[in-house]
Amino acid sequence: MIQALNSAMDIMMTRDPTVVVLGEDVGYFGGVFRVTDGLQRKYGEHRVLDTPIAEGAIVGAAIGMGVNGLRPVAEIQFADYIYPACDQIFSELARLRYRTAGEFWAPVTIRTPCGGGIRGGQTHSQSPEAIFTHVCGIKVVMPSNPYDAKGLLIAAIEDDDPVVFFEPKRVYNGPFDGNPNKAAVSWSEHPKGEVPDGYYTVPIGKVDIVRAGSDVTIVTYGTMVYVCQAAAEGLGLDAEIIDVRSMVPLDIDTITASVNKTGRCVIAHEATLFSGFGAELSASIQEECFWKLEAPIQRVAGWDTPYPHAFEWEYFPGQARVAAALKTVMESR
Amino acid sequence: MPRRSRLHTPKPHSRPGEKPDFSYLETSPAGAVPRPDVNARVRDIGNLATELVRVLDDEHRAVGPWHPHLDASDLQIGLKHMLLTRVFDDRMQRTQRQGKITFYMRSLGEEAVSVAQAMALRPGDMLFPSYRNQGLYMVRGRPLVDLMCQLLSNTRDMCKGRQLPVMYHWTAGRIFSISGNLATQFPQAVGWAMAAAIKGEDDIAVSWLGEGSSAEADFHHAMLFAAVYQAPVILNVVNNQWAISTFQGFAGGEQRSFAARGPGYGMAGIRVDGNDFLAVYAVTQWAAERARRGAGPTLIEHVTYRGAAHSTSDDPARYRPKDDYEKWPLGDPVERLKKHLIALGEWSEERHVALTAELDAQVAAAWKEAVTHGTLGEGPKLDPDSMFEDVFKEMPARLVRQREQMRAERT
Repeated sequence: MIQALNSAMDIMMTRDPTVVVLGEDVGYFGGVFRVTDGLQRKYGEHRVLDTPIAEGAIVGAAIGMGVNGLRPVAEIQFADYIYPACDQIFSELARLRYRTAGEFWAPVTIRTPCGGGIRGGQTHSQSPEAIFTHVCGIKVVMPSNPYDAKGLLIAAIEDDDPVVFFEPKRVYNGPFDGNPNKAAVSWSEHPKGEVPDGYYTVPIGKVDIVRAGSDVTIVTYGTMVYVCQAAAEGLGLDAEIIDVRSMVPLDIDTITASVNKTGRCVIAHEATLFSGFGAELSASIQEECFWKLEAPIQRVAGWDTPYPHAFEWEYFPGQARVAAALKTVMESR
Repeated sequence: MPRRSRLHTPKPHSRPGEKPDFSYLETSPAGAVPRPDVNARVRDIGNLATELVRVLDDEHRAVGPWHPHLDASDLQIGLKHMLLTRVFDDRMQRTQRQGKITFYMRSLGEEAVSVAQAMALRPGDMLFPSYRNQGLYMVRGRPLVDLMCQLLSNTRDMCKGRQLPVMYHWTAGRIFSISGNLATQFPQAVGWAMAAAIKGEDDIAVSWLGEGSSAEADFHHAMLFAAVYQAPVILNVVNNQWAISTFQGFAGGEQRSFAARGPGYGMAGIRVDGNDFLAVYAVTQWAAERARRGAGPTLIEHVTYRGAAHSTSDDPARYRPKDDYEKWPLGDPVERLKKHLIALGEWSEERHVALTAELDAQVAAAWKEAVTHGTLGEGPKLDPDSMFEDVFKEMPARLVRQREQMRAERT
């Protein structure tokens, strides 16, 4: 997935001379997760900029660059560090087109690694995507695999609206089913690990039906796609698994069509439960599917606590938690 | 030496009922501050950040090395733009008091900052203003009717009714949108300037904020990025002494000048008499040339005074002496330029009165036209459907549905 993201930026920087990359450690060093590796060597210091440690300034400057005809891709080193930039994202980037009636806009993409499972403690494990979905005027995306990562990042860079692009870092190097004791699996053995060398896009605003099924619909994204898959397989369920991929805009019609078909729904994300994106999904699904639902919708999420360093796997919504929710929806009459 | 720690609470020198006292203000005589080469190293020009660049002396003559030697016709144009700003402000203030617009902010006493700076810059330079820079629009020639339609949120409002009055923008005139969230424009201006340098263009970016807003992180972000990348940008702190009711000491002005933050970050800092049209013009010209030749950014502190209320929503008599502005030691920018022109034999009281009347008529005529496009109470109205536009470039299905719902509510 790291190479896929790198390839997306590489291709866009070659195709479009206005694309620039900026962020902490992204230049000479190539990023703490190596996602921008080699870009500065190839495109120079004026197109791949190492920045001071000031997230608000990174986004603020990116907005100015966007207004002046560039197409900046800003990296926020961890999603946990994005909060100092939130005024620039929420009040400025998201609303510039609106407040100027379309005269000014800034096509900024903000990439940021998110999620847990890497022993990162409470400042390197958060999943703050729901906060961004509550702000009008920004698109919010989270791929779960290399193929989507590259196609969605190219689409995000080409998009004239701002995009906050979350990268679930636990799956940077391979899919993860929630069991930390199993040997790590690399992307090379996964069908979605196969990434074309050239240009392609994955449209923002379309879910991916990872697996078609008839027993229950599981709506999820990011790392949880693989946890949910493993949990459903463990129970022998014919689950329809939907990878949301894009929270804003949300492909709600495909999701509700699936739930209307199966009559049962589990929503799963790593982020905390209360006011998480699952709440929006759950509300929207019941509005459209209430008369077809055989059981109350279940949500699986992180506990409503900060992400604790010492209790990674008690916190992480693993297979057991997903399986319990699946059993509940399957048993309800 | 105090024997224990203490909490210092900055206090303004005078409050309502007290005599105005500006003894805290450090000034330099007109003509006294040397003008360094535009390529001077930051470490060699630290004095500019603590002294006060002034050109107009007490006898209304232009003196010293910063004298920009402008033609009398340019000075007359500058005077006209400042006067237009003031006449426009006065009328819009009255209009607000009559309930015809909801809100307004005057720039009384600060007109030289925007007008002299806009005149010293090139048309291609990109301006990132605060909410008290209406003079920029006067110099760059936005029709007054357009500004008024914005104030009225009417059918010809450039913001389509989405912004508070005075939060203008102008793509063709290269003036960025005013946010309302303070200081956010500062790092954006630096980013714009960085992009200009990346693209190899020689346009520069210029931004403004008040000394109160210099407390925001965005100010410091901008300073750091501007200094680190030596961005072609001019960052202006308009020190008008007051952030609503809070005097400049609370923004850190008690211990050190705002301009001194420039050298602190490794960039040129200049403190200028913000009510001296010629001095503001000259330092802006210097800073612009410096930026354009790649010699780096400049922080300019304009020492001025907010002559009016912060906005139409506050009463300054509740937090400062009533006659504070009259006693301000740096005077009034319009009066000072007027007297300079008279001293040059290029202006007269009669011409001034006539010009004021002419501008007043121009503003009145513009208002008459603006209200034909709608007011708060009557006339044509913006279509509420438009509120769903421009959230995204293409309207998403969710907003299309909500627009339908709103239409149904309205019938």
